[in-house]
Amino acid sequence: MSAAKGLKARVFVMPKNGVLDPQGKAIGHALGTLGFEGIGEVRTGKVIELELSETDPDAAKAAAEAMARKLLANTVIESFRVEIA
Amino acid sequence: MNATILLFPGTNRERDMAIALQRATGRKPSITFHRETELPAGTDLVVLPGGFSHGDYLRCGAMAAQSPIMGAVRDFAARGGHVLGVCNGFQILCEAGLLPGALLQNAGLRFLSMDCVLRVERAGTPFTARWQKGATFRAPMAHGDGNYFADDATLDRLEGEGLVAFRYADRNRNGAARDIAGILSPNLRVLGLMPHPEDLVDPLMGGEDGLPLFQSLAESLVSA
Repeated sequence: MSAAKGLKARVFVMPKNGVLDPQGKAIGHALGTLGFEGIGEVRTGKVIELELSETDPDAAKAAAEAMARKLLANTVIESFRVEIA
Repeated sequence: MNATILLFPGTNRERDMAIALQRATGRKPSITFHRETELPAGTDLVVLPGGFSHGDYLRCGAMAAQSPIMGAVRDFAARGGHVLGVCNGFQILCEAGLLPGALLQNAGLRFLSMDCVLRVERAGTPFTARWQKGATFRAPMAHGDGNYFADDATLDRLEGEGLVAFRYADRNRNGAARDIAGILSPNLRVLGLMPHPEDLVDPLMGGEDGLPLFQSLAESLVSA
Protein backbone atom coordinates (compact mmCIF):
# COMPACT_ATOMS: atom_id res chain seq x y z
CA MET A 1 0.00 0.00 0.00
CA SER A 2 1.41 3.38 -0.94
CA ALA A 3 1.00 6.27 1.47
CA ALA A 4 -2.21 7.99 0.45
CA LYS A 5 -2.21 11.77 0.65
CA GLY A 6 -5.31 12.40 -1.40
CA LEU A 7 -9.01 12.26 -0.71
CA LYS A 8 -10.85 10.10 1.76
CA ALA A 9 -13.73 7.92 0.72
CA ARG A 10 -16.42 6.61 3.03
CA VAL A 11 -18.26 3.55 1.80
CA PHE A 12 -21.60 2.92 3.52
CA VAL A 13 -22.77 -0.68 3.16
CA MET A 14 -26.34 -1.61 4.14
CA PRO A 15 -28.44 -4.75 3.77
CA LYS A 16 -30.86 -4.37 0.86
CA ASN A 17 -34.54 -3.89 1.54
CA GLY A 18 -36.10 -7.28 2.02
CA VAL A 19 -32.89 -8.83 3.35
CA LEU A 20 -33.31 -9.94 6.94
CA ASP A 21 -31.13 -8.00 9.38
CA PRO A 22 -31.31 -9.98 12.64
CA GLN A 23 -28.75 -7.70 14.32
CA GLY A 24 -30.92 -4.68 13.60
CA LYS A 25 -33.94 -6.52 14.98
CA ALA A 26 -32.06 -7.43 18.17
CA ILE A 27 -30.86 -3.86 18.65
CA GLY A 28 -34.39 -2.54 18.17
CA HIS A 29 -35.65 -5.03 20.71
CA ALA A 30 -32.94 -4.03 23.21
CA LEU A 31 -33.75 -0.34 22.80
CA GLY A 32 -37.40 -1.10 23.49
CA THR A 33 -36.41 -3.04 26.61
CA LEU A 34 -34.42 0.00 27.78
CA GLY A 35 -37.54 2.11 27.55
CA PHE A 36 -36.88 3.97 24.32
CA GLU A 37 -40.22 4.32 22.62
CA GLY A 38 -41.45 4.87 19.12
CA ILE A 39 -38.72 2.97 17.35
CA GLY A 40 -39.62 1.48 13.99
CA GLU A 41 -37.35 -0.78 12.02
CA VAL A 42 -33.65 -0.75 12.98
CA ARG A 43 -31.10 -1.65 10.31
CA THR A 44 -27.38 -2.17 10.77
CA GLY A 45 -24.65 -1.79 8.21
CA LYS A 46 -21.01 -0.84 8.11
CA VAL A 47 -18.87 2.09 7.17
CA ILE A 48 -15.51 1.57 5.52
CA GLU A 49 -13.12 4.54 5.37
CA LEU A 50 -10.49 4.56 2.67
CA GLU A 51 -7.51 6.88 2.32
CA LEU A 52 -6.84 7.36 -1.36
CA SER A 53 -3.96 8.89 -3.29
CA GLU A 54 -6.47 10.25 -5.79
CA THR A 55 -7.09 14.00 -5.59
CA ASP A 56 -9.87 14.31 -8.17
CA PRO A 57 -13.26 13.80 -6.46
CA ASP A 58 -14.95 12.15 -9.43
CA ALA A 59 -12.08 9.76 -9.98
CA ALA A 60 -11.91 9.01 -6.25
CA LYS A 61 -15.63 8.24 -6.19
CA ALA A 62 -15.37 6.01 -9.24
CA ALA A 63 -12.44 4.14 -7.68
CA ALA A 64 -14.24 3.60 -4.36
CA GLU A 65 -17.36 2.42 -6.19
CA ALA A 66 -15.29 -0.09 -8.15
CA MET A 67 -13.84 -1.37 -4.85
CA ALA A 68 -17.32 -1.63 -3.36
CA ARG A 69 -18.64 -3.63 -6.30
CA LYS A 70 -15.63 -5.96 -6.34
CA LEU A 71 -15.16 -6.57 -2.61
CA LEU A 72 -16.57 -4.18 -0.02
CA ALA A 73 -20.24 -4.96 -0.68
CA ASN A 74 -21.96 -8.11 -1.87
CA THR A 75 -24.60 -6.65 -4.16
CA VAL A 76 -26.70 -9.81 -3.88
CA ILE A 77 -27.58 -8.77 -0.33
CA GLU A 78 -26.16 -5.28 0.20
CA SER A 79 -26.38 -1.83 -1.31
CA PHE A 80 -23.65 0.78 -0.96
CA ARG A 81 -23.14 4.50 -1.17
CA VAL A 82 -19.84 6.38 -1.45
CA GLU A 83 -19.03 9.78 0.07
CA ILE A 84 -15.84 11.64 -0.75
CA ALA A 85 -14.24 14.02 1.75
CA MET B 1 -10.44 -39.77 -8.33
CA ASN B 2 -7.86 -37.08 -7.67
CA ALA B 3 -9.21 -34.60 -5.16
CA THR B 4 -7.54 -31.49 -3.89
CA ILE B 5 -8.60 -29.58 -0.80
CA LEU B 6 -8.13 -25.81 -0.78
CA LEU B 7 -6.55 -24.33 2.31
CA PHE B 8 -7.14 -20.70 3.22
CA PRO B 9 -5.87 -18.97 6.37
CA GLY B 10 -8.50 -19.92 8.93
CA THR B 11 -9.71 -23.09 7.20
CA ASN B 12 -10.06 -25.74 9.91
CA ARG B 13 -12.07 -28.66 8.50
CA GLU B 14 -9.56 -29.88 5.93
CA ARG B 15 -8.58 -32.94 7.96
CA ASP B 16 -12.16 -34.15 8.36
CA MET B 17 -12.63 -33.66 4.63
CA ALA B 18 -9.44 -35.56 3.82
CA ILE B 19 -10.56 -38.49 5.98
CA ALA B 20 -13.95 -38.64 4.25
CA LEU B 21 -12.41 -38.48 0.77
CA GLN B 22 -9.80 -41.09 1.58
CA ARG B 23 -12.42 -43.39 3.07
CA ALA B 24 -14.57 -43.24 -0.07
CA THR B 25 -11.83 -43.27 -2.69
CA GLY B 26 -8.88 -45.01 -1.04
CA ARG B 27 -6.72 -42.10 -2.16
CA LYS B 28 -5.33 -39.30 -0.10
CA PRO B 29 -6.38 -35.89 -1.42
CA SER B 30 -3.76 -33.24 -2.02
CA ILE B 31 -3.81 -29.86 -0.32
CA THR B 32 -3.64 -26.67 -2.40
CA PHE B 33 -2.80 -23.36 -0.73
CA HIS B 34 -4.76 -20.22 -1.40
CA ARG B 35 -1.78 -18.41 -2.88
CA GLU B 36 -1.27 -20.98 -5.63
CA THR B 37 -2.44 -19.99 -9.09
CA GLU B 38 -2.85 -23.50 -10.50
CA LEU B 39 -4.54 -26.68 -9.36
CA PRO B 40 -2.50 -29.91 -9.30
CA ALA B 41 -2.36 -31.60 -12.72
CA GLY B 42 -5.08 -34.21 -13.15
CA THR B 43 -7.42 -32.78 -10.51
CA ASP B 44 -10.93 -34.29 -10.77
CA LEU B 45 -12.48 -32.64 -7.74
CA VAL B 46 -11.79 -29.38 -5.90
CA VAL B 47 -13.05 -29.21 -2.32
CA LEU B 48 -13.48 -26.03 -0.29
CA PRO B 49 -13.79 -27.16 3.33
CA GLY B 50 -15.26 -25.43 6.33
CA GLY B 51 -13.65 -23.02 8.71
CA PHE B 52 -13.33 -19.29 9.16
CA SER B 53 -11.23 -18.22 6.20
CA HIS B 54 -9.57 -14.85 6.81
CA GLY B 55 -11.37 -14.65 10.15
CA ASP B 56 -14.73 -14.13 8.42
CA TYR B 57 -13.64 -10.50 8.01
CA LEU B 58 -15.91 -8.24 5.95
CA ARG B 59 -18.29 -11.14 5.09
CA CYS B 60 -17.86 -14.89 5.42
CA GLY B 61 -15.89 -16.07 2.40
CA ALA B 62 -15.45 -12.59 0.88
CA MET B 63 -11.67 -12.49 1.16
CA ALA B 64 -11.14 -16.12 0.20
CA ALA B 65 -13.27 -15.62 -2.92
CA GLN B 66 -10.63 -13.14 -4.14
CA SER B 67 -7.68 -15.48 -3.46
CA PRO B 68 -5.21 -16.23 -6.27
CA ILE B 69 -6.30 -19.89 -6.41
CA MET B 70 -9.91 -18.96 -7.10
CA GLY B 71 -9.06 -17.92 -10.66
CA ALA B 72 -7.94 -21.48 -11.32
CA VAL B 73 -11.07 -22.84 -9.61
CA ARG B 74 -13.26 -20.65 -11.84
CA ASP B 75 -11.48 -21.93 -14.95
CA PHE B 76 -11.76 -25.51 -13.67
CA ALA B 77 -15.51 -25.12 -13.08
CA ALA B 78 -15.97 -23.46 -16.48
CA ARG B 79 -14.32 -26.49 -18.10
CA GLY B 80 -16.85 -28.74 -16.37
CA GLY B 81 -14.75 -29.63 -13.32
CA HIS B 82 -16.40 -30.85 -10.12
CA VAL B 83 -16.33 -28.55 -7.09
CA LEU B 84 -17.65 -29.20 -3.57
CA GLY B 85 -17.98 -26.42 -0.99
CA VAL B 86 -19.06 -27.19 2.57
CA CYS B 87 -20.01 -24.54 5.14
CA ASN B 88 -17.41 -21.80 4.73
CA GLY B 89 -16.65 -23.42 1.37
CA PHE B 90 -20.29 -22.86 0.33
CA GLN B 91 -20.02 -19.24 1.46
CA ILE B 92 -16.85 -18.82 -0.61
CA LEU B 93 -18.50 -20.34 -3.72
CA CYS B 94 -21.40 -17.87 -3.39
CA GLU B 95 -19.05 -14.92 -2.84
CA ALA B 96 -17.04 -16.03 -5.88
CA GLY B 97 -20.20 -16.12 -8.00
CA LEU B 98 -19.84 -19.84 -8.72
CA LEU B 99 -23.21 -20.41 -7.04
CA PRO B 100 -26.06 -17.88 -6.80
CA GLY B 101 -27.26 -16.21 -3.62
CA ALA B 102 -25.52 -15.57 -0.32
CA LEU B 103 -25.38 -16.90 3.23
CA LEU B 104 -26.66 -14.43 5.82
CA GLN B 105 -26.26 -14.52 9.55
CA ASN B 106 -28.51 -17.12 11.18
CA ALA B 107 -31.95 -15.62 11.74
CA GLY B 108 -31.76 -16.40 15.46
CA LEU B 109 -28.33 -14.75 15.74
CA ARG B 110 -26.86 -17.83 17.44
CA PHE B 111 -24.08 -20.05 16.21
CA LEU B 112 -25.70 -23.44 15.58
CA SER B 113 -23.74 -26.57 16.47
CA MET B 114 -25.90 -29.70 16.34
CA ASP B 115 -27.10 -32.44 14.05
CA CYS B 116 -29.79 -31.70 11.49
CA VAL B 117 -31.72 -33.92 9.10
CA LEU B 118 -31.35 -33.30 5.37
CA ARG B 119 -33.68 -34.41 2.61
CA VAL B 120 -32.26 -35.22 -0.82
CA GLU B 121 -34.14 -33.05 -3.29
CA ARG B 122 -32.10 -33.90 -6.34
CA ALA B 123 -30.82 -37.43 -6.87
CA GLY B 124 -28.84 -38.68 -9.84
CA THR B 125 -26.06 -36.07 -9.63
CA PRO B 126 -22.34 -36.76 -9.13
CA PHE B 127 -22.88 -35.82 -5.47
CA THR B 128 -26.17 -37.58 -4.76
CA ALA B 129 -26.18 -40.67 -7.02
CA ARG B 130 -26.15 -43.04 -4.03
CA TRP B 131 -29.38 -41.63 -2.60
CA GLN B 132 -32.99 -41.79 -3.76
CA LYS B 133 -34.90 -38.54 -4.13
CA GLY B 134 -36.66 -37.85 -0.85
CA ALA B 135 -34.18 -39.85 1.24
CA THR B 136 -33.28 -38.25 4.55
CA PHE B 137 -30.02 -38.44 6.46
CA ARG B 138 -28.40 -36.95 9.51
CA ALA B 139 -25.68 -34.32 9.11
CA PRO B 140 -23.81 -32.29 11.71
CA MET B 141 -23.88 -28.54 11.27
CA ALA B 142 -21.77 -25.82 12.83
CA HIS B 143 -22.25 -22.32 11.50
CA GLY B 144 -23.10 -18.75 12.38
CA ASP B 145 -23.98 -17.68 8.85
CA GLY B 146 -26.04 -20.38 7.18
CA ASN B 147 -29.19 -18.48 6.35
CA TYR B 148 -29.39 -18.99 2.59
CA PHE B 149 -30.71 -15.97 0.74
CA ALA B 150 -31.47 -15.29 -2.91
CA ASP B 151 -34.11 -13.16 -4.58
CA ASP B 152 -37.42 -14.81 -5.46
CA ALA B 153 -36.60 -15.08 -9.16
CA THR B 154 -33.37 -16.93 -8.34
CA LEU B 155 -35.13 -19.22 -5.85
CA ASP B 156 -37.85 -19.99 -8.41
CA ARG B 157 -35.20 -20.78 -11.00
CA LEU B 158 -33.26 -23.05 -8.62
CA GLU B 159 -36.43 -24.95 -7.77
CA GLY B 160 -37.71 -25.00 -11.36
CA GLU B 161 -34.44 -26.39 -12.69
CA GLY B 162 -34.06 -28.92 -9.89
CA LEU B 163 -30.92 -27.30 -8.53
CA VAL B 164 -31.87 -27.52 -4.87
CA ALA B 165 -29.76 -30.47 -3.70
CA PHE B 166 -30.73 -30.65 -0.03
CA ARG B 167 -33.32 -29.11 2.27
CA TYR B 168 -33.57 -29.13 6.04
CA ALA B 169 -36.10 -31.85 6.74
CA ASP B 170 -36.48 -31.54 10.50
CA ARG B 171 -36.33 -27.87 11.41
CA ASN B 172 -35.15 -24.80 9.59
CA ARG B 173 -32.99 -23.41 12.39
CA ASN B 174 -31.03 -20.78 10.51
CA GLY B 175 -33.85 -19.14 8.56
CA ALA B 176 -32.68 -20.33 5.12
CA ALA B 177 -34.99 -19.36 2.27
CA ARG B 178 -37.31 -22.25 1.39
CA ASP B 179 -35.41 -24.51 3.84
CA ILE B 180 -32.50 -24.72 1.42
CA ALA B 181 -29.37 -26.39 2.80
CA GLY B 182 -27.47 -27.00 -0.43
CA ILE B 183 -27.62 -26.01 -4.12
CA LEU B 184 -26.13 -27.14 -7.42
CA SER B 185 -24.82 -25.33 -10.48
CA PRO B 186 -26.84 -25.76 -13.71
CA ASN B 187 -24.38 -28.43 -14.96
CA LEU B 188 -24.77 -30.24 -11.59
CA ARG B 189 -21.01 -30.26 -11.06
CA VAL B 190 -20.71 -27.57 -8.39
CA LEU B 191 -22.36 -28.26 -5.03
CA GLY B 192 -22.44 -26.02 -1.99
CA LEU B 193 -24.06 -26.99 1.31
CA MET B 194 -23.94 -25.74 4.89
CA PRO B 195 -23.98 -28.99 6.95
CA HIS B 196 -20.97 -31.29 7.18
CA PRO B 197 -21.51 -34.76 5.65
CA GLU B 198 -17.74 -35.33 6.03
CA ASP B 199 -18.19 -35.49 9.79
CA LEU B 200 -20.34 -38.64 9.66
CA VAL B 201 -18.43 -41.12 7.54
CA ASP B 202 -17.33 -43.74 10.05
CA PRO B 203 -19.10 -45.71 12.81
CA LEU B 204 -16.45 -44.29 15.14
CA MET B 205 -17.83 -40.82 14.41
CA GLY B 206 -21.31 -41.97 15.38
CA GLY B 207 -22.55 -42.93 11.94
CA GLU B 208 -21.94 -43.11 8.22
CA ASP B 209 -24.84 -40.95 7.09
CA GLY B 210 -22.62 -38.62 5.07
CA LEU B 211 -20.61 -41.31 3.32
CA PRO B 212 -22.95 -41.69 0.29
CA LEU B 213 -21.98 -38.20 -0.89
CA PHE B 214 -18.31 -39.16 -1.11
CA GLN B 215 -19.09 -42.59 -2.54
CA SER B 216 -21.25 -40.94 -5.20
CA LEU B 217 -18.33 -38.69 -6.14
CA ALA B 218 -15.86 -41.56 -6.17
CA GLU B 219 -18.08 -43.59 -8.49
CA SER B 220 -19.07 -40.70 -10.76
CA LEU B 221 -15.53 -39.47 -11.21
CA VAL B 222 -13.99 -42.88 -11.84
CA SER B 223 -16.31 -43.57 -14.75
CA ALA B 224 -16.04 -40.00 -16.09
